[in-house]
Amino acid sequence: MKKDQPQSLSNSKDKLITRIIHHHLFMPIAGLMVVLLSNLITKPDFFMISMNHGVLYGNLIDVFNRGSELVILAIGMTLVTAASGGQDISVGAVMAVSAAVCCSLLSGGAASTNVLQMPILVAAIAGIAVSGLCGAFNGILVAKFKIQPMVATLILFTAGRGIAQLFTKGQNVYVRVDSFKIFGNFMPGIPVPTPIIISVVTVIVMAIILKTTTLGLYVQSVGINSNASRLVGLNATRIKFITYVICGLLAGLAGFISASRIYSADSNNIGLYLEMDAILAVALGGNLLSGGKFSFAGSIIGAFTIQGLTTTLYAMNVSADQLPVYKAVVVVIIVVLQSPIVQKRLRRIQMRRKSVKVMEEGGASA
Amino acid sequence: MNQMNKWVKTIAEKRKMINDTTFLILVTVTLFIVMYIAGMIIFHDQGFAKPQMFLNLLISNAGLIVIASGLTLVMITGGIDISVGSVTALVCMASAYSMEVMGTSAYTAILISLAIGLSFGIVQGYLVSYLNIQPFIVTLAGMFFGRGMTAIISKEMLTIRNETFRSWAEFKIYLPFGTVNKAGIYQPSYIYPTVIIALIIVALIVFMLKKTKFGRSLYAVGGNQQSALMMGLNVKRSKMMAYVLSGLLAGIGGFLFCLNTGAGFVEQARGLEMDAISSSVIGGTLLSGGVGNPIGTLFGVLIKGTIGSLITTQGTLSSWWVRIVLSALLCFFIVLQSVITSRKRQAE
Repeated sequence: MKKDQPQSLSNSKDKLITRIIHHHLFMPIAGLMVVLLSNLITKPDFFMISMNHGVLYGNLIDVFNRGSELVILAIGMTLVTAASGGQDISVGAVMAVSAAVCCSLLSGGAASTNVLQMPILVAAIAGIAVSGLCGAFNGILVAKFKIQPMVATLILFTAGRGIAQLFTKGQNVYVRVDSFKIFGNFMPGIPVPTPIIISVVTVIVMAIILKTTTLGLYVQSVGINSNASRLVGLNATRIKFITYVICGLLAGLAGFISASRIYSADSNNIGLYLEMDAILAVALGGNLLSGGKFSFAGSIIGAFTIQGLTTTLYAMNVSADQLPVYKAVVVVIIVVLQSPIVQKRLRRIQMRRKSVKVMEEGGASA
Repeated sequence: MNQMNKWVKTIAEKRKMINDTTFLILVTVTLFIVMYIAGMIIFHDQGFAKPQMFLNLLISNAGLIVIASGLTLVMITGGIDISVGSVTALVCMASAYSMEVMGTSAYTAILISLAIGLSFGIVQGYLVSYLNIQPFIVTLAGMFFGRGMTAIISKEMLTIRNETFRSWAEFKIYLPFGTVNKAGIYQPSYIYPTVIIALIIVALIVFMLKKTKFGRSLYAVGGNQQSALMMGLNVKRSKMMAYVLSGLLAGIGGFLFCLNTGAGFVEQARGLEMDAISSSVIGGTLLSGGVGNPIGTLFGVLIKGTIGSLITTQGTLSSWWVRIVLSALLCFFIVLQSVITSRKRQAE
């Protein structure tokens, strides 16, 4: 018995390591670490955070700040992906719609304004509500008419920016009012950028919803087997529909933050390429793009990884319209690794290696 | 035995569906004719009734016809390819760059275009068919990759001044009919060679789909992958070949597109994938696969073109209305398809 003990100890150590490696958040965190640490090598002051004029400054703060919209989008995208096994590619365009509605209401239809024509809260709610309608439209197509999610959302993906242009009459609407700018910049007296606060609040609210209601459980079961969930009495159609509405509402919120950041509604550029980032965040977070189980924490870490990657690439003088190339490559690598066929092959290689090892050990002991 | 009966039944079902497609195509053709005649009546004083107006539809959409036909092949197998717009932009930019900056001949530019289209098709096809990854994710990545590569080649707009290229782009083929303008001068109608190439390609694809073993296997794979596999078809290879062909046709179509615009720039052909998908769907291709015909797609493209010229002739509506109307039309047809399919399933 005693002879065996050291071995079992090393076994438990191995088990701990494998348990860490196989934890669903291991890969996302490892990815984030790689991105952040690679920055540290090229830029030693990357983790420096300083106070300037009463607000926090630093590269890390910048990543979290710029990543706020992405975190909010990634939450909605995670739900949609989990429930329907497809992605909502209209989120970027819906952001533009929300920004357009909000800004054109605030400016009262003019191209630029220095005076608010409406309380900000009303305009923001209107923008987010219209985005919710966009989400409901996607939801009806996907849940009720059973159209593949990406085809259904492709409609708003292309038409969305056109609709946004209709609201702003084809121009960039500027709202040059300080009280509007705070949502994308800083609140007076608070050193943390407002977008970070909004995103943290959103995450907490969603976490509470998931903890207190059965939504999360239902979403997973619908995503794993829609028919079986229907047979046990879940309204699969309604659950899918709800996830798309939530995704639309969150996209609207992200659009509002984006608009406040640049205090204008630029229909052609707000949320451009962000749908790709959101999908990437979900995939990097270890969630299967084919639906089923999901992890918010993973998606959020994924979102920061993507934002870190974006910041890194910008620092390497890659321009905004060249970024998609690198992200596309990352997406392809992730989905290839996630693909069941590749995983089966990898597992077979692992098994072979293990069996060779066992055989060698067996030979040695004999 | 029971299972066998089921397969036979589904195959028979699909055959009935294909007959339904001829009906769907008829709906599309009628829609096109009604729209066009309505345009002729409303805008008769703005030249809508002239034959050249119709030929212009073909001229400005020659590239799209080829691209959408290729996409139809992929959609018949039940897949989708949303990278075609970016491939077009990349092809235009690469052609422009090779001719204007590197100084190669126009023939080399054609080869480069074909190579780009083919490589997109091979990579995406492999990932979709052999690694079983969702076509939408793969081609979404392809879409962003293509657009980004275009920006990497050049952020400036490159206008093509190559003489051979220009002589191709400006080569008019006059037709034996025409109109007399206000000054009383006879103006023969003309088309560009791009139109003829596009129509020949559509004819070839129709022949391939209807008469060759490969063409039939595409329908079989899209109709019911399981039964196609049981019949001994190489499902993976058929799917892969559909993507390769679609990529190649996107390369050809991109070059035709380039002949029409004569330049390469980053924002080129943005949303073209949407035009191609909606043309295909309006033309009767089922998104679930197994049903489709490039003739229908051709009319889908013509409907898209007619919407565009109706809106530009009208004058006061802004250009983004084209895409909004087209999206609405696509939405309508998708819902129609979904209703028809679910009713069929219920009837069963």
